[in-house]
Amino acid sequence: MYKIIKQTLLAMIVVSFTAGIALAKTKLVIVSWGGAYTTSQQKAYHDPYMKLNPNIQIINDDSAAAGPAKLRAMSKAGNVTWDLLDAVASDSIALCDEGLVEEVDHDAILAPAPDGTPASADFGDLIVSPCFVPTIVYATTFGYRKDAFATPPTTIADVFDLKKFPGGRTLEKKPIGNFEWALIADGVDPDKVYEVLATPEGVDRAFKKLDTIKDSVIWWSTGSEPVKNLVAGQVVIGSAYNGRLFNAIAAEKQPLAMMWDWQYFDLDGWVIPKGSPHLKEIKKYLRFAADTQRLADQAKYISYGPARKSSAPLVGKHAELGVDMKPHMPTNPINAKHRLVKNYEFWADHEVEYTEKFLAWVVK
Amino acid sequence: MRKINNINNNQEILTTADGVPLKASLNRALRRERNISLLLVTPLFVFVLIAFLFPIADMLFLSVDNKIVVEKLPRTVPLLADWDETGTVLPDEQIYKALVQDINAGTVDKTILRLGRRLNFEQGGMSSLFRRSVRKLKRLKEPESYKAATIRIHRKWGDLATWRLIKRLSGKFTPTYFYSAVDGGVDKAGHFVRNPENQRIYLKLFVRTILLSLLITLFTIILGYPISYLLATLPTKLSNLLMILVLLPFWTSLLVRTTSWITLLQREGVINDLLVWIGVVDNAHRLTMIHNQIGTIVAMTHILLPFMVLPLFSVMKTIPPNYMRAARSMGATQFRAFLRIYLPNTVPGIGAGCILVFILSIGYYITPSLVGGTSGTFISNLIAYHVQGSLNWGLGAALGTMLLMFVLALYVLYDKVVGLDNIKLG
Repeated sequence: MYKIIKQTLLAMIVVSFTAGIALAKTKLVIVSWGGAYTTSQQKAYHDPYMKLNPNIQIINDDSAAAGPAKLRAMSKAGNVTWDLLDAVASDSIALCDEGLVEEVDHDAILAPAPDGTPASADFGDLIVSPCFVPTIVYATTFGYRKDAFATPPTTIADVFDLKKFPGGRTLEKKPIGNFEWALIADGVDPDKVYEVLATPEGVDRAFKKLDTIKDSVIWWSTGSEPVKNLVAGQVVIGSAYNGRLFNAIAAEKQPLAMMWDWQYFDLDGWVIPKGSPHLKEIKKYLRFAADTQRLADQAKYISYGPARKSSAPLVGKHAELGVDMKPHMPTNPINAKHRLVKNYEFWADHEVEYTEKFLAWVVK
Repeated sequence: MRKINNINNNQEILTTADGVPLKASLNRALRRERNISLLLVTPLFVFVLIAFLFPIADMLFLSVDNKIVVEKLPRTVPLLADWDETGTVLPDEQIYKALVQDINAGTVDKTILRLGRRLNFEQGGMSSLFRRSVRKLKRLKEPESYKAATIRIHRKWGDLATWRLIKRLSGKFTPTYFYSAVDGGVDKAGHFVRNPENQRIYLKLFVRTILLSLLITLFTIILGYPISYLLATLPTKLSNLLMILVLLPFWTSLLVRTTSWITLLQREGVINDLLVWIGVVDNAHRLTMIHNQIGTIVAMTHILLPFMVLPLFSVMKTIPPNYMRAARSMGATQFRAFLRIYLPNTVPGIGAGCILVFILSIGYYITPSLVGGTSGTFISNLIAYHVQGSLNWGLGAALGTMLLMFVLALYVLYDKVVGLDNIKLG
């Protein structure tokens, strides 16, 4: 009797122990922007991946807005707990320079395109840093209230024209983008914008142009503000992320429209924090989540363009609204007729300097 | 026992049962008690040290820390000591060779670009200089002249300004973050100069932060004093209800409270709608009450009000109503009795409330950044930018240090003028 009890007990211990091992999932901490953006990644990347790999559990952390600072603090403390971080391209360059994120061999860890094109060629020049795995192309572009004007604004010069298009403006509280737009609106050749901007006279010229609308501008710093102010009628034209504008127009049916002239292209993607506790697993995840189909899938849930060339033809309809997403993509040829691609090197050099000048000008 | 001991001071010494002098035995018992109490405090002390003092000291240190330059350029920096930065001659071949060796050594562990970012805080363009140079320098194999080859790779290596910058920052500590924090820089000779008028920002924001915080503190007194008086004098049933009304917003998320002010104050908001409906304001000239200083003042006064009401209330609660009655009975008017009797008794509460509200408000940044627009932003918004955005932690730390010093100075001043024992938190 005693023996039987002992044996069952032992068996139970062994069973529960092995079951425990089987149940202990590998937890990958993925840091992103939260809100609709994380939801689109959850649906397009995380959920399908977890279905294929039941032993992986993906935990979302919504602190990407403070991502670089937090990662630096974690690395300083020697305790990196993140496995993957979503970062805008300029931050990915800074983090790579600081040695806080891993350099990646794109062709080795990422899946090739369905036709066999290696990943590095499929992403092309969007790989702006050896540490960066681009996922989406987003644009900062202009939204306006349809009820504010008889004839809608069509060019960047109209944004700066208070006579023809009276009313409040909203712009991001940053020199990036605003300087380039001001110069183009002032007649600078779009190909020479950065050349002009590198000189003190160019900066003065940009300020002079911005001065003409300064009193009508509400400066925004988080992505939700400009759309909120447009919807509330606080302003009539403003720069905003195209995904946010799409959401307000297509899902919330607000009386807004988009003006794509000289939309400002920027990139967002993944970086792997140095010291990530699951380097092998996260590379495996990236092979899946950054492949052609997955990037195209994300566009079903949010209006940002996939970073792979091979994904573009696969972009379909919005999953809930049933709207064809192609016309709403910043990468759509009609929208991208005039586009400004952020010069990362220029801004890595001058962001701090110009931001101080810009803020001094703003509070003046 | 003690009494006997005191009285019989110069008589025979009292002893305990086992022959130890009573005084010594008592002392020992007291000492043990003191040690035990010290032991009890130790965890708290260690906690404060680790979780509070060390991080602050570490943050303060960042504002002068500059060891990165010596660390990344260990061969170049000592050689640069002999180079004359005031002249017009570039460093010699030997220094260029040392630079190439240093950069190539830093490329191996991929940390050299960090130096580029550090130098870029002082002079725009350094970041790309390093990023562009590293790969090409690695391919440089025993050239005839390191100097010529390096300058060929990037013309900025032949620029005196680049070398002046490196030499100026070759010390382990640097005052440059503090220079930037007071809107200055250095000239060619390395002396401090102020930035041109239209590029000054930090001091301006410091002054604004202090002035607006003072104004907010004043408004919380004006609004909080009568509320606290009501809370302290009304029957308990009513005052409890009022207390909940005061505390309810206190328990609500800061962001929710801030956003609700946006809804109320914006151009198409509730207050403007109401004013237009009454006819006070014309529809075309709706008031701008948000995204400016008014927005910041209104929202922050509301958010910080409980910090004034609570200490005031706790002090007023202890003032016996008899005092006022006594003053009145001796012929003082209601106003005079208030001025001479009630008000002085509430000073400790006002003091505590003012310190709480003022110190909290000069460090605020979420509310000003949401409702402050351009005229209502605070210095903390720029500190946040440098910590989270530009990753220039040195400058962020320098600004933070200045803010901390200001608060400490104010604290000392307060102690001198009003006295710290005159603070009552409850």
